[in-house]
Amino acid sequence: MKANTKNKIKHFFFGKKLSEGLIGRLVLYGLLLIIGFVYLLPLIKMFTYSIKDLEDLVNPIVEWIPTKIYLVNYQTSFVVLNYFKTLGVSLLVTLVPALLQTATTSIAGYALAKFKVKFKAVIFLLILLTYLVPSQIYMIPKYVMFHQMGILESVWAIILPAFFGQGLSSAIFILIFYQFFRMQPKVLDESGEIDGANPFQIFFKIGVPLATPAYLTAFLFSFVWYWNETYISSLFLGADLYTLQLKLLNFSSQFNLAQGISQTMLNEAIRYAATILIILPVLIVYIIMQKWFVEGIDRTGVTGE
Amino acid sequence: MGWAFLSVWVLGFLLFMAYPLITSFYYSLSQVTLEGEGIQVQFIAFENYRRIFSSAPGFSFLESVSDFALEILFKVPIITVFAIIIAVMLNQKIKLRGFFRAIYFLPVIIASGPVINQLVSQGAATIPLVEEMGLINLINETFSENLARPIATIFSELIVILWFSGVQILLFIAALQKIDRSTYEAGMIDGAGAWESFWKITMPSLKSMVLVSVIFTIINLATFSENQAIAHIKNNMFALDTGFGFSSAIAWIYFIVLALILVIASLLLGAFKKEVSKR
Repeated sequence: MKANTKNKIKHFFFGKKLSEGLIGRLVLYGLLLIIGFVYLLPLIKMFTYSIKDLEDLVNPIVEWIPTKIYLVNYQTSFVVLNYFKTLGVSLLVTLVPALLQTATTSIAGYALAKFKVKFKAVIFLLILLTYLVPSQIYMIPKYVMFHQMGILESVWAIILPAFFGQGLSSAIFILIFYQFFRMQPKVLDESGEIDGANPFQIFFKIGVPLATPAYLTAFLFSFVWYWNETYISSLFLGADLYTLQLKLLNFSSQFNLAQGISQTMLNEAIRYAATILIILPVLIVYIIMQKWFVEGIDRTGVTGE
Repeated sequence: MGWAFLSVWVLGFLLFMAYPLITSFYYSLSQVTLEGEGIQVQFIAFENYRRIFSSAPGFSFLESVSDFALEILFKVPIITVFAIIIAVMLNQKIKLRGFFRAIYFLPVIIASGPVINQLVSQGAATIPLVEEMGLINLINETFSENLARPIATIFSELIVILWFSGVQILLFIAALQKIDRSTYEAGMIDGAGAWESFWKITMPSLKSMVLVSVIFTIINLATFSENQAIAHIKNNMFALDTGFGFSSAIAWIYFIVLALILVIASLLLGAFKKEVSKR
């Protein structure tokens, strides 16, 4: 009886498993909160600094909470980035490749999942190769090739590879679709066949509609990765097609070039405001579609085998 | 029929991957000059490579590559261990699980080269204590210069390094959810505590995911645009005294180093896999 009470008390505090007792819970939540807070500290700092005016910036006492909300930094960055025009360019070289890449990789993934293809193992090996070899290794000949094709410094330099399934991390998307289409029951395809549909009709009428979650996840990741890419785009897109990220990369020179802000000096508050303006579109997408990012990896079964 | 579906990808592979890759290797053995619309390629065997290793003063590519390798050595374990810890915590029965998961994944969405660059250069990328305690100075005094540089970098960017673990956390959570709850219960009946269950049930079932996650991390770091080693490839493309051939040679050296790192990591993890299964 005594031992029983003791056990009960022990279980109340420590639980049968670490996470079930009161102390275990407190530690768990505490750790998650503290680590989470530190994890987001750069973002919090960025945000508080972006609304500081010059006085607050130089005042050593004002660290985390500005004395007032000063939005001129945003106005300045807005002008420097030429925001709406640049946003348009960014969306163009992000959405279009993401859409095309999703489409092509889904077709490739479907082929590998549903058909007996000769040399399938070789194809998988090559797909893995496209993932393991960084594009930096072969971008120089690509540069020359695009130069000769006359599509350098145009959006085609980004769009064409995406269309041919050679965009950013294409291999990952092919695998996502491969896993997803493999899980679809074969009976559905067979019933389509009996009704006299050809393979393309089966793909479009049965395969695609049932794979909506995979499409959404692949598109979202593709979108985010294209949005954040700068290495290749800075090489292939000319100065006329500067994306938001590229403007941020060269923010000081952009700042000096900008008209109508000559009275201001570049300071960290303006830099932070610009950075926030650049992450804002993806942040909004993330807040709305958060579930599809976080659960997508699970749901599409990338993690299987 | 399958080939009809695959054709677009295969065409793309040949055009945008196989051909450039082979050409890139050929360039690395050549002197490449751009003349207006045309391009002149002259075979010079290993001259470019010899130039890199005889390294003119002020040319720091080899230094960046060794920095990169050392950083991988430190960053990959940090990221992997952090991802496993967070994944295990998020896999518990907790409230607000979705909220926490969203927070730990958030950096994946925003961590582009320029954004990280801004955060690092404004000193917002690390835990405030690191600077206040004079840790960086301490590191510079303790280690030799070549070792101190990458270690100092890691401490001054500690938080944003952890930012590279978002996808890996999700991978580990997915792997954790595949473990049957009853395995833990069976373990508990046999008298296994939380610590023992972690090492004997959780870790063995994560082992294949560790390899996937490590490879993902390495590739992610290797192609990150703020990486100094790959910056050299681009900078030398348009430099007057180097050009496309020389840059291609740099790229290939980088690739060989990266491939070696991947091979070593896989071998190490293969050994680790055996070790865990033996327990």
